[in-house]
Formats: sequence, C-alpha cells, structure tokens
Amino acid sequence: MRIGVLCSRIRAEEKLLFTELERRGLNYEKIDDREQIFDLHQSEYPYNVVLERCIQHSRALYMLKILGDAGVPTVNTYQVALTCGDKFLTTQALVHAGVPTPRCQLAFTPESALAAMEQLGYPVVLKPVVGSWGRMVSKINDRDAAEAILEHRDVLGSYQHSIFYIQEYIHKPGRDIRTFVVGDECIAAIYRTSEHWITNTARGGVATNCPVTPVLADLSLRAAQAVGGGVVAIDLLETRDGRLLVNEVNYTMEFRNSIDTTGVDIPARIVDYVLQVGHGG
Amino acid sequence: MNAPCPECAADVALAADTMESEIVACPDCGAELEVVSLNPPTLALAPEVEEDWGE
Repeated sequence: MRIGVLCSRIRAEEKLLFTELERRGLNYEKIDDREQIFDLHQSEYPYNVVLERCIQHSRALYMLKILGDAGVPTVNTYQVALTCGDKFLTTQALVHAGVPTPRCQLAFTPESALAAMEQLGYPVVLKPVVGSWGRMVSKINDRDAAEAILEHRDVLGSYQHSIFYIQEYIHKPGRDIRTFVVGDECIAAIYRTSEHWITNTARGGVATNCPVTPVLADLSLRAAQAVGGGVVAIDLLETRDGRLLVNEVNYTMEFRNSIDTTGVDIPARIVDYVLQVGHGG
Repeated sequence: MNAPCPECAADVALAADTMESEIVACPDCGAELEVVSLNPPTLALAPEVEEDWGE
C-alpha cells in the first residue's frame, strides 16, 4: 500500500502520525504542498490513499479535489474539507441534518449584520467563515461594539470579511467539549477549560478527559455524518438548560493534548482508518 | 545536532528526532524557526500564520 501524506508545516500531530506509520513499517511519502506542481490534465497518481494534514485550508482543498477527481481515496474527502473549512457551509450541513447547533444568521452588509445582531440579542459572536484557532472571533456585547467591529471589518478586511456570520452567544460553563470521530466511532473526548470565553487549546484552554457518553457519541457521529464523515473533531457547547449544541467541525484535527489526557492512541486510530480507506473500506 | 538561529545567531540545539519542516522556537530570542534541512541542519524564519491556517 502506498500512502501519501499532504503537509507543509510539521506540527506535533504530523510527527506523531509519521512515527506511527514508521512503527508499522508502512510505505508513505510526504507530499509537501510548497513543492508541488499539479498538471491538471494528469489523471493518475501513485497512491492507494492520501492523508491530508495541511495547515493551509485553501491548499488542502485544491489538492483533495485534484486527487479525488483522479480516483485517489483521501482522508478526508474534498467535500468534507469544503464543508468543514467554511463555517457557513458547516452550519448549513448541521441544520439540514437536524443536528442541534447555535442559532446563526448570515448577512452581507454592515447594516444588515447590525440588524441581525439586534434580532439575535446581545451578546453575539461574529466569526470569519474561514479561519481557525479562534482567530478574529469576536464576542460583541452591545450595539456600540457591534458598530465598531462591523466598520473595521468592512473597511479593513477582504471581501471574505464582509460575509457576516453571526452566532448566538452560548453561556457555557467555562469549558466546551471536543470529541474525536474516526469513521463510525467517537473514540475520545476532552473538556477544554478556560477563564476566557474562547476555549481553544491553541489559545490556552486546558484539556481534561471527558467521558464519551452515549448521548455525546451519538451527537458527534451525527455531526460527523452531516459533513460527510471521516476523521473529524467536533466542538460542542453545553447550554445552561442541559442541551448540547454542535459548534464547529474540524477536518485536520489537532490532538497533541488529547492522547495522554484521554488514554486513546489517536494517531494509531487515524492510521487504522487510513489503511481501511486505502483498502476500499 | 545544532544550527544557528537566523534571527539572533544563537546556537539552537535540535532533538535527535527532529524532522524537516518542523517548527522550533529559538531559546534565546523566541523566534519561530522552520527546520528547512537536516543535512546540514539549517533553520529559517517560519512563515507568519496566514488567515486560512488551522485545523
């Protein structure tokens, strides 16, 4: 079996995956996106399966499209990357699959965005549709802050920043939940706890083990299915009245803080799944 | 294995299992550095995080 791994920057996660591939004596090739030239007329690639681990969404998306169109199985698929890489598309997928998710509005001008925020009621959360690690995610507590942020986004940003994705603010209990789905199983979960309302571990959130209850597993699998399945990390919010809402789905998940925390060998589970996909499973 | 930091010229020690394209921090100046080669060990300033980076 010939395995390709799309990557550029080698994070702790890629290193763990390479170590696991090598431990099993598997034949793999690093495909550094910075060095590639793709002949768009080429229709065959020498891989049985390709694992995508790019840090850059746009490159991941295009390369998955090229490989997928050539018939190379990929983890994840182009469709999953497309959906998860855009918060609007993720919300659409979740809503239409009946997966509970925070109320959300989309608007294209600062005026309509302001009206949308007033409709939802402050505080609201304004997010760029493409982005990660909690960057440029804003909690807006009142109309004054809304007007200031909307003007900045309108004047300083690219067109993408004038797509206003506005989510109701969920008063969560100082933490959120991240679950890890591989294929048809929710393999592990962590709480991400922070005094800040942004709980991403990339922003200082602390990971602790979260028991994978049947309810949590079921909701995570439904969210994963909604975006097309594969290897994904689901971010969930607990509401004050005890509901669980799916906030986001990540398709090139980071897990360095979650292996010791959960006791689950996440890279091994990912490699198992890659082999399964490579064998046509 | 050591390589000079391109920012402050400090001698940066690299772990034995270091891989190409890995990011390390210079212990002296804190710059984020990319391992662009292992033979010989060579460091370059890592690219700034871009808008579509993430997971």
